Amino acid sequence: MWQQAINGVFLGAIYALFAVGYALVFGVLDILNLAHQAVFTVSAFVALAFVAGGSMPLAIAMPVALLAAGLIGIGLERVAFRPLRGRSDSNISGLISSLAAATILEAVALQIWGPDVRRFPQGTFPDKPLSVLGATVSALQLTIIAVSVALMAALTALLRATRLGRQIRAVAESPRAARILGVDVDRVIAWSFFLSSALGGAAGVLFGVAFNSVSPDMGRSVELKGLAVIILGGMGSIAGAVIAGFALGLLEVLTVVQLGSSWRDAVSFGVLFLVLLVRPSGLLGKAAIREA
Amino acid sequence: MSDLASFFLTYQSLFSFIGLNSLLALSVYCTLCCGQLSLANAGFMAIGAYAGALLTQNAHAPYALALLAGALVPALVAVPLGLPVLRLRGVYLAIATVGFGEVVRLGFVNWSYTNGALGLVAIPQKTQPWMIWLALAVVMFALARLRGSRAGYALEAIREDEPAARSMGIPSTRYKLSMFVAGAAIAGLSGALEAHLTYMVAPNGYGFSRAVDMLVYAVVGGDAVFYGPVAGAAFLTVLPEALRGAARTLGLSPGPLRMFVNGAILLGVILFLPNGIVSLPRTLRALRLRKASRAALG
Repeated sequence: MWQQAINGVFLGAIYALFAVGYALVFGVLDILNLAHQAVFTVSAFVALAFVAGGSMPLAIAMPVALLAAGLIGIGLERVAFRPLRGRSDSNISGLISSLAAATILEAVALQIWGPDVRRFPQGTFPDKPLSVLGATVSALQLTIIAVSVALMAALTALLRATRLGRQIRAVAESPRAARILGVDVDRVIAWSFFLSSALGGAAGVLFGVAFNSVSPDMGRSVELKGLAVIILGGMGSIAGAVIAGFALGLLEVLTVVQLGSSWRDAVSFGVLFLVLLVRPSGLLGKAAIREA
Repeated sequence: MSDLASFFLTYQSLFSFIGLNSLLALSVYCTLCCGQLSLANAGFMAIGAYAGALLTQNAHAPYALALLAGALVPALVAVPLGLPVLRLRGVYLAIATVGFGEVVRLGFVNWSYTNGALGLVAIPQKTQPWMIWLALAVVMFALARLRGSRAGYALEAIREDEPAARSMGIPSTRYKLSMFVAGAAIAGLSGALEAHLTYMVAPNGYGFSRAVDMLVYAVVGGDAVFYGPVAGAAFLTVLPEALRGAARTLGLSPGPLRMFVNGAILLGVILFLPNGIVSLPRTLRALRLRKASRAALG
Protein backbone atom coordinates (compact mmCIF):
# COMPACT_ATOMS: atom_id res chain seq x y z
CA MET A 1 0.00 0.00 0.00
CA TRP A 2 2.81 2.35 0.99
CA GLN A 3 4.55 1.44 -2.23
CA GLN A 4 1.42 2.31 -4.24
CA ALA A 5 1.09 5.61 -2.41
CA ILE A 6 4.62 6.56 -3.45
CA ASN A 7 3.90 5.62 -7.05
CA GLY A 8 0.75 7.71 -6.90
CA VAL A 9 2.59 10.74 -5.53
CA PHE A 10 5.17 10.34 -8.27
CA LEU A 11 2.53 10.32 -11.02
CA GLY A 12 0.57 13.05 -9.27
CA ALA A 13 3.57 15.37 -9.12
CA ILE A 14 3.82 15.38 -12.91
CA TYR A 15 0.06 15.82 -13.41
CA ALA A 16 0.03 18.68 -10.93
CA LEU A 17 2.97 20.42 -12.57
CA PHE A 18 1.32 20.12 -15.97
CA ALA A 19 -2.08 21.28 -14.75
CA VAL A 20 -0.71 24.28 -12.86
CA GLY A 21 0.23 25.74 -16.24
CA TYR A 22 -3.36 25.32 -17.48
CA ALA A 23 -4.67 26.89 -14.31
CA LEU A 24 -2.36 29.89 -14.51
CA VAL A 25 -3.44 30.83 -18.03
CA PHE A 26 -7.08 30.10 -17.34
CA GLY A 27 -6.97 32.18 -14.18
CA VAL A 28 -5.54 35.16 -16.04
CA LEU A 29 -7.31 34.99 -19.39
CA ASP A 30 -10.27 32.65 -18.92
CA ILE A 31 -8.91 30.76 -21.90
CA LEU A 32 -8.23 27.07 -22.01
CA ASN A 33 -4.88 26.71 -23.75
CA LEU A 34 -5.09 23.36 -25.52
CA ALA A 35 -1.65 23.93 -27.02
CA HIS A 36 -0.19 23.34 -23.55
CA GLN A 37 0.25 19.64 -24.32
CA ALA A 38 2.18 20.43 -27.50
CA VAL A 39 4.59 22.62 -25.53
CA PHE A 40 4.94 19.72 -23.09
CA THR A 41 5.94 17.41 -25.96
CA VAL A 42 8.25 19.82 -27.77
CA SER A 43 10.07 20.62 -24.54
CA ALA A 44 10.73 16.94 -23.88
CA PHE A 45 12.17 16.63 -27.38
CA VAL A 46 14.36 19.69 -26.89
CA ALA A 47 15.80 18.25 -23.68
CA LEU A 48 16.37 14.94 -25.42
CA ALA A 49 18.09 16.63 -28.34
CA PHE A 50 20.52 18.41 -26.03
CA VAL A 51 21.21 15.29 -23.98
CA ALA A 52 21.50 12.83 -26.86
CA GLY A 53 22.80 15.13 -29.59
CA GLY A 54 24.77 17.68 -27.58
CA SER A 55 25.79 15.19 -24.87
CA MET A 56 24.88 17.67 -22.15
CA PRO A 57 23.96 16.52 -18.68
CA LEU A 58 20.24 16.61 -18.01
CA ALA A 59 20.73 19.22 -15.29
CA ILE A 60 21.75 21.71 -17.98
CA ALA A 61 19.48 20.46 -20.77
CA MET A 62 16.38 20.78 -18.63
CA PRO A 63 16.66 24.52 -17.94
CA VAL A 64 17.36 25.04 -21.65
CA ALA A 65 14.21 23.09 -22.51
CA LEU A 66 12.21 25.11 -19.99
CA LEU A 67 13.42 28.35 -21.51
CA ALA A 68 12.52 27.08 -24.97
CA ALA A 69 9.06 26.10 -23.74
CA GLY A 70 8.55 29.50 -22.14
CA LEU A 71 9.53 31.27 -25.35
CA ILE A 72 7.14 29.07 -27.34
CA GLY A 73 4.49 30.13 -24.84
CA ILE A 74 5.16 33.80 -25.52
CA GLY A 75 4.99 33.10 -29.24
CA LEU A 76 1.69 31.27 -28.82
CA GLU A 77 0.21 34.18 -26.95
CA ARG A 78 1.33 36.59 -29.65
CA VAL A 79 0.05 34.56 -32.57
CA ALA A 80 -2.97 32.69 -31.28
CA PHE A 81 -4.42 34.64 -28.36
CA ARG A 82 -3.58 38.32 -28.48
CA PRO A 83 -5.35 38.99 -31.82
CA LEU A 84 -8.55 37.52 -30.38
CA ARG A 85 -8.60 39.62 -27.24
CA GLY A 86 -11.65 41.79 -27.01
CA ARG A 87 -13.75 39.58 -29.24
CA SER A 88 -17.02 38.68 -27.59
CA ASP A 89 -16.59 34.93 -27.98
CA SER A 90 -12.89 34.98 -27.12
CA ASN A 91 -13.00 32.03 -24.75
CA ILE A 92 -14.34 29.73 -27.46
CA SER A 93 -12.35 31.17 -30.35
CA GLY A 94 -9.27 31.10 -28.10
CA LEU A 95 -9.87 27.42 -27.45
CA ILE A 96 -10.06 26.78 -31.19
CA SER A 97 -6.99 28.84 -32.04
CA SER A 98 -5.04 27.02 -29.32
CA LEU A 99 -6.09 23.76 -30.98
CA ALA A 100 -4.75 25.11 -34.26
CA ALA A 101 -1.48 26.10 -32.62
CA ALA A 102 -1.20 22.66 -31.03
CA THR A 103 -1.65 21.00 -34.42
CA ILE A 104 1.05 23.18 -35.93
CA LEU A 105 3.52 22.47 -33.11
CA GLU A 106 2.81 18.76 -33.24
CA ALA A 107 3.33 18.75 -37.01
CA VAL A 108 6.68 20.47 -36.60
CA ALA A 109 7.73 17.97 -33.91
CA LEU A 110 6.63 15.10 -36.13
CA GLN A 111 8.56 16.45 -39.10
CA ILE A 112 11.77 17.05 -37.12
CA TRP A 113 11.84 14.03 -34.82
CA GLY A 114 9.65 11.47 -36.59
CA PRO A 115 6.82 9.38 -35.21
CA ASP A 116 8.85 6.84 -33.23
CA VAL A 117 9.35 6.66 -29.50
CA ARG A 118 12.80 7.88 -28.52
CA ARG A 119 14.77 7.20 -25.37
CA PHE A 120 17.41 9.00 -23.38
CA PRO A 121 20.89 7.47 -23.72
CA GLN A 122 21.93 5.15 -20.94
CA GLY A 123 23.48 6.75 -17.89
CA THR A 124 21.63 10.07 -18.34
CA PHE A 125 20.15 9.70 -14.89
CA PRO A 126 20.72 7.44 -11.90
CA ASP A 127 18.37 4.49 -11.63
CA LYS A 128 19.68 2.96 -8.44
CA PRO A 129 16.76 1.73 -6.34
CA LEU A 130 16.55 3.02 -2.78
CA SER A 131 14.48 1.67 0.04
CA VAL A 132 12.32 4.15 1.93
CA LEU A 133 10.42 2.68 4.88
CA GLY A 134 10.16 -0.66 3.12
CA ALA A 135 9.07 0.64 -0.28
CA THR A 136 11.34 0.63 -3.31
CA VAL A 137 11.88 4.02 -4.88
CA SER A 138 14.47 5.02 -7.41
CA ALA A 139 16.59 8.08 -6.85
CA LEU A 140 15.15 9.30 -10.13
CA GLN A 141 11.59 9.15 -8.83
CA LEU A 142 12.56 11.09 -5.72
CA THR A 143 14.34 13.69 -7.84
CA ILE A 144 11.31 14.09 -10.06
CA ILE A 145 9.01 14.58 -7.09
CA ALA A 146 11.46 17.06 -5.55
CA VAL A 147 11.91 19.05 -8.76
CA SER A 148 8.21 19.36 -9.45
CA VAL A 149 7.36 20.32 -5.89
CA ALA A 150 10.16 22.88 -5.93
CA LEU A 151 8.89 24.39 -9.19
CA MET A 152 5.34 24.63 -7.89
CA ALA A 153 6.59 26.20 -4.68
CA ALA A 154 8.63 28.67 -6.70
CA LEU A 155 5.55 29.64 -8.71
CA THR A 156 3.51 30.11 -5.54
CA ALA A 157 6.22 32.29 -4.03
CA LEU A 158 6.47 34.30 -7.22
CA LEU A 159 2.74 34.90 -7.34
CA ARG A 160 2.57 35.80 -3.68
CA ALA A 161 5.65 37.92 -3.08
CA THR A 162 6.94 39.55 -6.25
CA ARG A 163 5.78 42.57 -8.16
CA LEU A 164 5.08 40.46 -11.25
CA GLY A 165 3.10 38.01 -9.13
CA ARG A 166 0.92 40.77 -7.74
CA GLN A 167 0.37 42.11 -11.24
CA ILE A 168 -0.62 38.67 -12.51
CA ARG A 169 -3.11 38.31 -9.70
CA ALA A 170 -4.47 41.78 -10.38
CA VAL A 171 -4.99 41.01 -14.07
CA ALA A 172 -6.64 37.71 -13.15
CA GLU A 173 -9.04 39.59 -10.92
CA SER A 174 -9.92 42.29 -13.44
CA PRO A 175 -7.83 43.25 -16.47
CA ARG A 176 -9.63 46.55 -16.73
CA ALA A 177 -9.01 47.60 -13.13
CA ALA A 178 -5.40 46.49 -13.44
CA ARG A 179 -4.96 48.62 -16.54
CA ILE A 180 -6.44 51.65 -14.81
CA LEU A 181 -3.95 51.15 -11.99
CA GLY A 182 -1.11 51.32 -14.47
CA VAL A 183 -0.37 47.64 -14.98
CA ASP A 184 0.94 46.80 -18.45
CA VAL A 185 -1.66 44.09 -19.04
CA ASP A 186 -0.20 42.77 -22.30
CA ARG A 187 3.20 42.33 -20.70
CA VAL A 188 1.71 40.55 -17.68
CA ILE A 189 -0.24 38.18 -19.92
CA ALA A 190 2.90 37.42 -21.93
CA TRP A 191 4.74 36.62 -18.68
CA SER A 192 1.90 34.37 -17.54
CA PHE A 193 2.23 32.44 -20.78
CA PHE A 194 5.99 32.21 -20.31
CA LEU A 195 5.62 30.80 -16.80
CA SER A 196 2.76 28.49 -17.72
CA SER A 197 4.57 27.05 -20.71
CA ALA A 198 7.88 26.71 -18.87
CA LEU A 199 6.10 24.66 -16.19
CA GLY A 200 4.34 22.59 -18.85
CA GLY A 201 7.72 22.08 -20.49
CA ALA A 202 9.22 20.99 -17.17
CA ALA A 203 6.41 18.47 -16.80
CA GLY A 204 7.19 17.21 -20.31
CA VAL A 205 10.88 16.71 -19.58
CA LEU A 206 10.12 14.97 -16.27
CA PHE A 207 7.50 12.77 -17.95
CA GLY A 208 9.94 11.81 -20.69
CA VAL A 209 12.62 11.01 -18.13
CA ALA A 210 10.24 9.18 -15.80
CA PHE A 211 9.05 6.71 -18.42
CA ASN A 212 12.17 7.08 -20.55
CA SER A 213 10.11 7.59 -23.65
CA VAL A 214 9.55 10.68 -25.76
CA SER A 215 7.14 10.62 -28.69
CA PRO A 216 5.16 13.22 -30.65
CA ASP A 217 1.86 12.09 -29.16
CA MET A 218 2.97 11.90 -25.53
CA GLY A 219 1.09 15.08 -24.71
CA ARG A 220 -2.29 13.75 -25.81
CA SER A 221 -3.08 11.57 -22.83
CA VAL A 222 -1.64 14.03 -20.34
CA GLU A 223 -3.73 16.80 -21.87
CA LEU A 224 -6.97 15.05 -21.00
CA LYS A 225 -5.70 14.16 -17.53
CA GLY A 226 -4.76 17.79 -17.06
CA LEU A 227 -8.33 18.81 -17.89
CA ALA A 228 -9.62 16.44 -15.23
CA VAL A 229 -7.16 17.92 -12.75
CA ILE A 230 -8.11 21.56 -13.30
CA ILE A 231 -11.81 20.75 -13.20
CA LEU A 232 -11.38 18.81 -9.96
CA GLY A 233 -9.21 21.53 -8.47
CA GLY A 234 -11.39 24.38 -9.62
CA MET A 235 -10.62 26.19 -12.89
CA GLY A 236 -7.97 28.81 -12.47
CA SER A 237 -7.04 27.80 -8.95
CA ILE A 238 -3.33 27.00 -8.65
CA ALA A 239 -3.56 25.43 -5.21
CA GLY A 240 -6.56 23.43 -6.40
CA ALA A 241 -4.60 22.13 -9.38
CA VAL A 242 -1.75 21.00 -7.13
CA ILE A 243 -4.04 19.15 -4.73
CA ALA A 244 -6.12 17.65 -7.52
CA GLY A 245 -3.00 16.56 -9.41
CA PHE A 246 -1.76 14.51 -6.49
CA ALA A 247 -5.28 13.23 -5.78
CA LEU A 248 -5.67 12.04 -9.37
CA GLY A 249 -2.26 10.38 -9.34
CA LEU A 250 -3.14 8.46 -6.18
CA LEU A 251 -6.59 7.59 -7.49
CA GLU A 252 -5.18 6.21 -10.72
CA VAL A 253 -2.64 4.02 -9.00
CA LEU A 254 -5.33 2.77 -6.66
CA THR A 255 -7.58 1.93 -9.62
CA VAL A 256 -4.84 -0.02 -11.35
CA VAL A 257 -4.32 -2.04 -8.17
CA GLN A 258 -7.98 -2.61 -7.46
CA LEU A 259 -9.63 -2.85 -10.89
CA GLY A 260 -6.84 -3.41 -13.40
CA SER A 261 -4.96 -1.13 -15.72
CA SER A 262 -7.59 -0.91 -18.45
CA TRP A 263 -9.82 1.15 -16.15
CA ARG A 264 -7.06 3.57 -15.26
CA ASP A 265 -8.03 6.30 -17.70
CA ALA A 266 -11.74 5.88 -17.16
CA VAL A 267 -11.30 7.03 -13.56
CA SER A 268 -10.06 10.49 -14.42
CA PHE A 269 -12.93 11.09 -16.82
CA GLY A 270 -15.44 9.67 -14.40
CA VAL A 271 -14.13 12.12 -11.81
CA LEU A 272 -14.17 14.99 -14.30
CA PHE A 273 -17.73 14.28 -15.26
CA LEU A 274 -18.98 13.87 -11.73
CA VAL A 275 -17.33 17.08 -10.54
CA LEU A 276 -18.83 19.06 -13.41
CA LEU A 277 -22.29 17.78 -12.64
CA VAL A 278 -22.18 17.94 -8.86
CA ARG A 279 -19.82 20.77 -8.02
CA PRO A 280 -18.74 22.62 -11.18
CA SER A 281 -16.60 25.01 -9.15
CA GLY A 282 -14.27 22.16 -8.17
CA LEU A 283 -12.47 21.82 -4.87
CA LEU A 284 -11.17 25.36 -4.54
CA GLY A 285 -12.67 27.31 -7.42
CA LYS A 286 -14.83 30.38 -7.27
CA ALA A 287 -18.48 29.75 -8.09
CA ALA A 288 -20.90 31.90 -10.06
CA ILE A 289 -19.20 32.36 -13.43
CA ARG A 290 -19.67 28.80 -14.60
CA GLU A 291 -23.37 28.59 -15.15
CA ALA A 292 -25.71 30.71 -17.15
CA MET B 1 -18.30 11.69 -70.92
CA SER B 2 -16.27 8.58 -70.23
CA ASP B 3 -13.58 10.80 -68.74
CA LEU B 4 -16.10 12.20 -66.31
CA ALA B 5 -17.35 8.71 -65.46
CA SER B 6 -13.87 7.39 -64.81
CA PHE B 7 -13.12 10.47 -62.71
CA PHE B 8 -16.10 9.66 -60.49
CA LEU B 9 -15.11 6.00 -60.28
CA THR B 10 -11.54 6.83 -59.29
CA TYR B 11 -12.58 9.24 -56.61
CA GLN B 12 -15.75 7.47 -55.48
CA SER B 13 -14.49 6.76 -51.98
CA LEU B 14 -13.21 10.31 -51.66
CA PHE B 15 -16.69 11.59 -52.49
CA SER B 16 -18.21 9.25 -49.94
CA PHE B 17 -15.88 10.59 -47.28
CA ILE B 18 -16.73 14.16 -48.23
CA GLY B 19 -20.37 13.29 -47.62
CA LEU B 20 -19.68 11.58 -44.29
CA ASN B 21 -17.45 14.35 -43.04
CA SER B 22 -20.06 16.89 -44.08
CA LEU B 23 -22.64 15.07 -41.99
CA LEU B 24 -20.25 15.05 -39.04
CA ALA B 25 -19.53 18.74 -39.48
CA LEU B 26 -23.27 19.45 -39.55
CA SER B 27 -23.72 17.47 -36.35
CA VAL B 28 -21.29 19.86 -34.66
CA TYR B 29 -23.03 22.80 -36.34
CA CYS B 30 -26.28 21.82 -34.61
CA THR B 31 -24.85 22.79 -31.24
CA LEU B 32 -22.58 25.57 -32.52
CA CYS B 33 -25.51 27.41 -34.09
CA CYS B 34 -26.94 28.03 -30.64
CA GLY B 35 -23.55 29.02 -29.25
CA GLN B 36 -22.67 25.74 -27.54
CA LEU B 37 -19.27 24.15 -28.11
CA SER B 38 -19.82 20.42 -27.66
CA LEU B 39 -17.16 17.81 -28.33
CA ALA B 40 -19.44 14.87 -27.55
CA ASN B 41 -20.20 13.97 -31.16
CA ALA B 42 -17.32 11.54 -31.63
CA GLY B 43 -18.81 9.59 -28.71
CA PHE B 44 -22.28 9.68 -30.29
CA MET B 45 -20.75 8.59 -33.58
CA ALA B 46 -19.17 5.61 -31.82
CA ILE B 47 -22.49 4.65 -30.22
CA GLY B 48 -24.27 4.90 -33.58
CA ALA B 49 -21.58 2.91 -35.37
CA TYR B 50 -21.62 0.11 -32.78
CA ALA B 51 -25.41 0.02 -32.60
CA GLY B 52 -25.75 -0.25 -36.36
CA ALA B 53 -22.92 -2.73 -36.83
CA LEU B 54 -24.10 -5.05 -34.03
CA LEU B 55 -27.59 -5.12 -35.54
CA THR B 56 -26.47 -6.07 -39.05
CA GLN B 57 -23.68 -8.36 -37.94
CA ASN B 58 -25.23 -10.25 -35.02
CA ALA B 59 -28.97 -9.84 -35.52
CA HIS B 60 -28.92 -9.78 -39.36
CA ALA B 61 -31.36 -6.90 -39.22
CA PRO B 62 -32.30 -5.08 -42.43
CA TYR B 63 -29.97 -2.20 -43.16
CA ALA B 64 -32.63 0.48 -42.86
CA LEU B 65 -33.36 -0.68 -39.32
CA ALA B 66 -29.66 -0.63 -38.45
CA LEU B 67 -29.34 2.94 -39.73
CA LEU B 68 -32.42 3.95 -37.77
CA ALA B 69 -30.90 2.48 -34.61
CA GLY B 70 -27.62 4.19 -35.44
CA ALA B 71 -29.39 7.52 -35.25
CA LEU B 72 -31.85 6.76 -32.45
CA VAL B 73 -29.62 5.11 -29.83
CA PRO B 74 -27.22 8.06 -29.54
CA ALA B 75 -30.18 10.45 -29.57
CA LEU B 76 -31.65 8.58 -26.61
CA VAL B 77 -28.32 8.78 -24.79
CA ALA B 78 -28.12 12.50 -25.58
CA VAL B 79 -31.29 13.37 -23.65
CA PRO B 80 -30.18 12.36 -20.14
CA LEU B 81 -26.65 13.55 -20.92
CA GLY B 82 -27.72 16.91 -22.28
CA LEU B 83 -30.07 17.87 -19.47
CA PRO B 84 -27.38 18.30 -16.83
CA VAL B 85 -24.45 19.06 -19.15
CA LEU B 86 -26.06 21.88 -21.12
CA ARG B 87 -26.30 23.93 -17.95
CA LEU B 88 -22.55 24.38 -18.31
CA ARG B 89 -21.26 27.23 -20.40
CA GLY B 90 -18.35 27.79 -22.76
CA VAL B 91 -15.23 25.79 -22.02
CA TYR B 92 -16.94 23.91 -19.18
CA LEU B 93 -19.36 22.37 -21.64
CA ALA B 94 -16.46 21.59 -23.98
CA ILE B 95 -14.52 19.84 -21.21
CA ALA B 96 -17.53 17.91 -19.92
CA THR B 97 -18.27 16.63 -23.41
CA VAL B 98 -14.63 15.68 -23.94
CA GLY B 99 -14.98 13.65 -20.75
CA PHE B 100 -18.12 11.98 -22.09
CA GLY B 101 -16.39 11.09 -25.35
CA GLU B 102 -13.48 9.51 -23.51
CA VAL B 103 -15.82 7.54 -21.22
CA VAL B 104 -17.61 6.15 -24.29
CA ARG B 105 -14.33 5.26 -25.98
CA LEU B 106 -12.93 3.59 -22.86
CA GLY B 107 -16.23 1.81 -22.31
CA PHE B 108 -15.95 0.18 -25.75
CA VAL B 109 -12.26 -0.56 -25.15
CA ASN B 110 -13.20 -2.49 -22.02
CA TRP B 111 -16.31 -4.20 -23.42
CA SER B 112 -15.38 -7.79 -24.34
CA TYR B 113 -18.63 -8.37 -26.29
CA THR B 114 -17.41 -5.94 -28.94
CA ASN B 115 -13.81 -7.26 -28.89
CA GLY B 116 -12.44 -4.45 -26.79
CA ALA B 117 -9.82 -2.27 -28.39
CA LEU B 118 -9.80 -4.34 -31.60
CA GLY B 119 -13.43 -3.51 -32.30
CA LEU B 120 -15.73 -5.14 -34.81
CA VAL B 121 -14.41 -6.34 -38.15
CA ALA B 122 -15.90 -7.78 -41.32
CA ILE B 123 -19.05 -5.71 -41.06
CA PRO B 124 -21.10 -6.28 -44.22
CA GLN B 125 -20.58 -3.49 -46.71
CA LYS B 126 -24.05 -2.08 -47.20
CA THR B 127 -23.50 1.64 -47.60
CA GLN B 128 -23.97 2.90 -51.14
CA PRO B 129 -22.73 6.40 -51.96
CA TRP B 130 -26.29 7.54 -52.74
CA MET B 131 -27.35 6.75 -49.17
CA ILE B 132 -24.73 9.15 -47.80
CA TRP B 133 -25.78 11.86 -50.22
CA LEU B 134 -29.46 11.32 -49.48
CA ALA B 135 -28.81 11.63 -45.75
CA LEU B 136 -26.78 14.77 -46.33
CA ALA B 137 -29.50 16.26 -48.53
CA VAL B 138 -32.18 15.57 -45.92
CA VAL B 139 -30.13 17.07 -43.11
CA MET B 140 -29.22 20.12 -45.15
CA PHE B 141 -32.83 20.62 -46.21
CA ALA B 142 -33.98 20.46 -42.59
CA LEU B 143 -31.33 22.94 -41.47
CA ALA B 144 -32.12 25.25 -44.39
CA ARG B 145 -35.79 25.25 -43.41
CA LEU B 146 -34.77 26.04 -39.85
CA ARG B 147 -33.07 29.22 -40.99
CA GLY B 148 -35.49 32.11 -40.95
CA SER B 149 -38.11 30.10 -39.08
CA ARG B 150 -39.29 30.97 -35.59
CA ALA B 151 -37.06 28.28 -34.09
CA GLY B 152 -34.15 29.48 -36.21
CA TYR B 153 -34.45 33.00 -34.85
CA ALA B 154 -34.73 31.61 -31.32
CA LEU B 155 -31.48 29.68 -31.81
CA GLU B 156 -29.76 32.78 -33.15
CA ALA B 157 -30.95 34.77 -30.16
CA ILE B 158 -29.59 32.12 -27.78
CA ARG B 159 -26.30 32.16 -29.63
CA GLU B 160 -25.94 35.92 -29.36
CA ASP B 161 -27.05 36.37 -25.76
CA GLU B 162 -28.65 33.58 -23.82
CA PRO B 163 -29.85 35.48 -20.74
CA ALA B 164 -31.44 38.12 -22.99
CA ALA B 165 -33.10 35.43 -25.11
CA ARG B 166 -34.45 33.79 -22.01
CA SER B 167 -35.83 37.03 -20.70
CA MET B 168 -37.71 37.37 -24.00
CA GLY B 169 -39.49 34.13 -23.14
CA ILE B 170 -37.44 31.77 -25.30
CA PRO B 171 -37.18 28.38 -23.57
CA SER B 172 -33.44 28.17 -24.14
CA THR B 173 -32.90 24.83 -22.40
CA ARG B 174 -35.44 23.11 -24.62
CA TYR B 175 -33.92 24.56 -27.79
CA LYS B 176 -30.37 23.73 -26.77
CA LEU B 177 -31.35 20.19 -25.81
CA SER B 178 -33.21 19.64 -29.10
CA MET B 179 -30.19 20.70 -31.11
CA PHE B 180 -27.86 18.60 -28.94
CA VAL B 181 -30.07 15.56 -29.57
CA ALA B 182 -30.32 16.33 -33.29
CA GLY B 183 -26.52 16.58 -33.47
CA ALA B 184 -26.21 13.24 -31.68
CA ALA B 185 -28.59 11.59 -34.14
CA ILE B 186 -26.73 12.97 -37.17
CA ALA B 187 -23.35 11.93 -35.74
CA GLY B 188 -24.70 8.45 -34.92
CA LEU B 189 -26.18 8.06 -38.40
CA SER B 190 -22.90 8.96 -40.05
CA GLY B 191 -21.14 6.55 -37.68
CA ALA B 192 -23.43 3.71 -38.80
CA LEU B 193 -22.99 4.69 -42.46
CA GLU B 194 -19.22 4.81 -42.11
CA ALA B 195 -19.07 1.44 -40.32
CA HIS B 196 -20.86 -0.22 -43.25
CA LEU B 197 -18.59 1.53 -45.73
CA THR B 198 -15.21 0.71 -44.19
CA TYR B 199 -16.24 -2.74 -42.79
CA MET B 200 -14.87 -1.98 -39.34
CA VAL B 201 -15.33 -0.03 -36.13
CA ALA B 202 -12.65 0.35 -33.47
CA PRO B 203 -13.00 2.48 -30.34
CA ASN B 204 -9.80 4.41 -30.94
CA GLY B 205 -11.20 5.82 -34.17
CA TYR B 206 -13.66 7.86 -32.09
CA GLY B 207 -11.29 9.61 -29.71
CA PHE B 208 -10.59 13.23 -28.94
CA SER B 209 -8.88 13.88 -32.27
CA ARG B 210 -11.98 12.74 -34.16
CA ALA B 211 -14.09 15.16 -32.14
CA VAL B 212 -11.62 17.92 -32.94
CA ASP B 213 -11.64 17.06 -36.66
CA MET B 214 -15.41 17.52 -36.84
CA LEU B 215 -15.18 20.83 -35.03
CA VAL B 216 -12.45 21.99 -37.39
CA TYR B 217 -14.57 21.20 -40.48
CA ALA B 218 -17.42 23.26 -39.08
CA VAL B 219 -15.28 26.20 -37.96
CA VAL B 220 -13.15 26.37 -41.10
CA GLY B 221 -16.21 26.22 -43.32
CA GLY B 222 -18.11 28.73 -41.23
CA ASP B 223 -20.56 28.03 -38.43
CA ALA B 224 -22.93 30.91 -39.12
CA VAL B 225 -24.81 29.26 -41.99
CA PHE B 226 -25.76 25.64 -42.62
CA TYR B 227 -23.74 25.24 -45.82
CA GLY B 228 -20.53 26.45 -44.14
CA PRO B 229 -19.70 23.15 -42.41
CA VAL B 230 -20.29 21.26 -45.67
CA ALA B 231 -17.87 23.57 -47.50
CA GLY B 232 -15.33 23.12 -44.72
CA ALA B 233 -15.64 19.34 -44.72
CA ALA B 234 -15.31 19.16 -48.51
CA PHE B 235 -12.31 21.50 -48.53
CA LEU B 236 -10.44 19.73 -45.74
CA THR B 237 -11.23 16.25 -47.07
CA VAL B 238 -9.91 17.04 -50.55
CA LEU B 239 -6.90 18.98 -49.28
CA PRO B 240 -4.75 15.95 -48.27
CA GLU B 241 -5.07 14.56 -51.80
CA ALA B 242 -3.83 17.85 -53.19
CA LEU B 243 -1.03 18.05 -50.61
CA ARG B 244 0.34 14.63 -51.42
CA GLY B 245 1.99 15.95 -54.57
CA ALA B 246 3.21 19.11 -52.82
CA ALA B 247 4.83 17.04 -50.06
CA ARG B 248 6.73 15.02 -52.64
CA THR B 249 8.14 18.10 -54.37
CA LEU B 250 9.07 19.73 -51.05
CA GLY B 251 10.68 16.55 -49.74
CA LEU B 252 8.52 16.52 -46.58
CA SER B 253 6.55 13.63 -45.18
CA PRO B 254 2.87 14.00 -46.12
CA GLY B 255 1.51 13.37 -42.60
CA PRO B 256 3.17 16.30 -40.83
CA LEU B 257 2.64 18.59 -43.79
CA ARG B 258 -1.08 17.82 -43.76
CA MET B 259 -1.26 18.51 -40.03
CA PHE B 260 0.69 21.72 -40.43
CA VAL B 261 -1.52 23.01 -43.24
CA ASN B 262 -4.69 22.04 -41.34
CA GLY B 263 -3.48 23.88 -38.27
CA ALA B 264 -2.42 26.93 -40.27
CA ILE B 265 -5.76 27.07 -42.09
CA LEU B 266 -7.69 26.78 -38.83
CA LEU B 267 -5.60 29.50 -37.24
CA GLY B 268 -5.96 31.77 -40.26
CA VAL B 269 -9.71 31.28 -40.36
CA ILE B 270 -10.25 31.92 -36.66
CA LEU B 271 -8.10 35.06 -36.78
CA PHE B 272 -9.14 36.61 -40.08
CA LEU B 273 -12.38 34.96 -41.19
CA PRO B 274 -14.46 34.35 -38.06
CA ASN B 275 -17.37 33.28 -40.26
CA GLY B 276 -15.36 30.69 -42.17
CA ILE B 277 -14.29 30.25 -45.76
CA VAL B 278 -17.84 30.71 -47.04
CA SER B 279 -17.58 34.34 -45.95
CA LEU B 280 -14.40 34.84 -48.00
CA PRO B 281 -16.13 36.40 -51.05
CA ARG B 282 -18.02 38.83 -48.86
CA THR B 283 -14.91 39.79 -46.90
CA LEU B 284 -12.95 40.35 -50.10
CA ARG B 285 -15.73 42.47 -51.56
CA ALA B 286 -15.84 44.56 -48.39
CA LEU B 287 -12.08 45.04 -48.57
CA ARG B 288 -12.25 46.09 -52.21
CA LEU B 289 -15.08 48.51 -51.51
CA ARG B 290 -13.13 50.07 -48.69
CA LYS B 291 -10.11 50.47 -50.91
CA ALA B 292 -12.20 51.97 -53.71
CA SER B 293 -13.90 54.43 -51.41
CA ARG B 294 -10.57 55.46 -49.97
CA ALA B 295 -9.25 56.03 -53.50
CA ALA B 296 -12.34 58.01 -54.45
CA LEU B 297 -11.96 60.24 -51.42
CA GLY B 298 -8.37 60.78 -52.39
